[in-house]
Amino acid sequence: MSAYIVLSPWDLALASLFILLNAGLSLALRLGLERQLLIAAARMVLQLLLVGLVLKVVFAAASPWLTALVATVMIAFAGREIRARQERRHKGLWGYGLGAAAMTFSGTLITVFALTTQIQPAPWWSPQYALPLFGMILGNTMTGVSLGLDSLHSLVDRERRAIEAQLLLGETSLTALLPALRRALRSGFTPIINSMAATGVVALPGMMTGQILSGADPQEAVKYQLLIMFLIGGATGLGVLAAVLASAWRLSDNRHRLRLDRLSDPG
Amino acid sequence: MFEISDIRTPLIGPVSLSIAAGECVSLRGPSGSGKSLLLRAIADLDPNDGDVLLDRQSRNRVPAPQWRRLVAMVPAESGWWTDTVADHFKPGPETAALLEALDLPHALDWKVSRLSTGEKQRLALARALQNAPRVLLLDEPTSALDDQATIRVEDLLRRQLKREVTILLVTHDEAQARRLAGRHFLLDKGRLAPEKDPVA
Repeated sequence: MSAYIVLSPWDLALASLFILLNAGLSLALRLGLERQLLIAAARMVLQLLLVGLVLKVVFAAASPWLTALVATVMIAFAGREIRARQERRHKGLWGYGLGAAAMTFSGTLITVFALTTQIQPAPWWSPQYALPLFGMILGNTMTGVSLGLDSLHSLVDRERRAIEAQLLLGETSLTALLPALRRALRSGFTPIINSMAATGVVALPGMMTGQILSGADPQEAVKYQLLIMFLIGGATGLGVLAAVLASAWRLSDNRHRLRLDRLSDPG
Repeated sequence: MFEISDIRTPLIGPVSLSIAAGECVSLRGPSGSGKSLLLRAIADLDPNDGDVLLDRQSRNRVPAPQWRRLVAMVPAESGWWTDTVADHFKPGPETAALLEALDLPHALDWKVSRLSTGEKQRLALARALQNAPRVLLLDEPTSALDDQATIRVEDLLRRQLKREVTILLVTHDEAQARRLAGRHFLLDKGRLAPEKDPVA
């Protein structure tokens, strides 16, 4: 396969003209988005340049501890993002810890599984493989986990009377919460199912496209993409299940009450 | 004997009260005085301190679901978890008799979405009575009912009293309190006091 075509800074500057064009359109149409758009674009440039630098250093250092540290920072950001995406979230440490713990559990399990049994780089934790893989798994699991939690919390709030009616008739909290639990799990799973169904027909996945652009054989790129999609599907399933079940457990207590007081107020 | 002993939450109490089997006690008080919260605490639906005993057995020694079958609370606004009334009832002759007594003999064929507030109120009571509770905690059980339906509900409650069921009745309706209850209490700012002269 041919080597990939190196992009010059001028190529990137030329491509960024379209962002400037969008900002100009926003100004002309008085959409008021130009500032936001330019700031977002500038943030993206800065963040990616920094990530590029950090990854270069981490790859060169080839240290398991440094790799684990970067993975921990990624989880910390993902936990913060999950927390921010919920309208009503658990109060205190639970609000942050629930999402982060579910991601740590499912993301780490699936990444280590893939690294040790399928990709098998030497050493298995090799940052060049471990970190991009972990990042892709985390990014997708995060969407499922935050949707699942957000959906559970708004459902129990909205269906409070129905849940408490069952509790008052002598049902257990598990039975009373089960309909909301099922719906929350469904909303957590839906994005990955939709994404799998549309992949290759509607959208060519970014990772596969990247590999093809950098000169990889399309069939090899497809194999990698399939592997990634299976891993993402598995991690999302485990992550959503862990987060939603743990949240439901926290939303009830040993006297089978509905503990909405453990959720923050909306907004 | 049903004994409420030093029940407290951040907003109510301490409240203590003993009610004999087959006795109805009324509880009145201004809106926001904590009447519904007190019933929720007795049913152990909100975190609370203190104890409640039924025939000297503490609720803390009984699993919460079992406690709520023995001590049934019917809130002022009922909740429904599917859209079919029948899903909320156990089929059987007892259910049919209860619905007949409340003048809702065909309710099991209905959708929850077509129920009026009054129908929901009566069905919620019937639903709670299916478990044959020993104690009924009723929060404004006839607030949305016309006179005819109120008479039916009160008759049903009298029959429960004859079966030695204990009733704690929260009501704004002073006349109803007089008709059903032998003792009357007032809850104000979370504190319980005997009503001085409910008949006046």
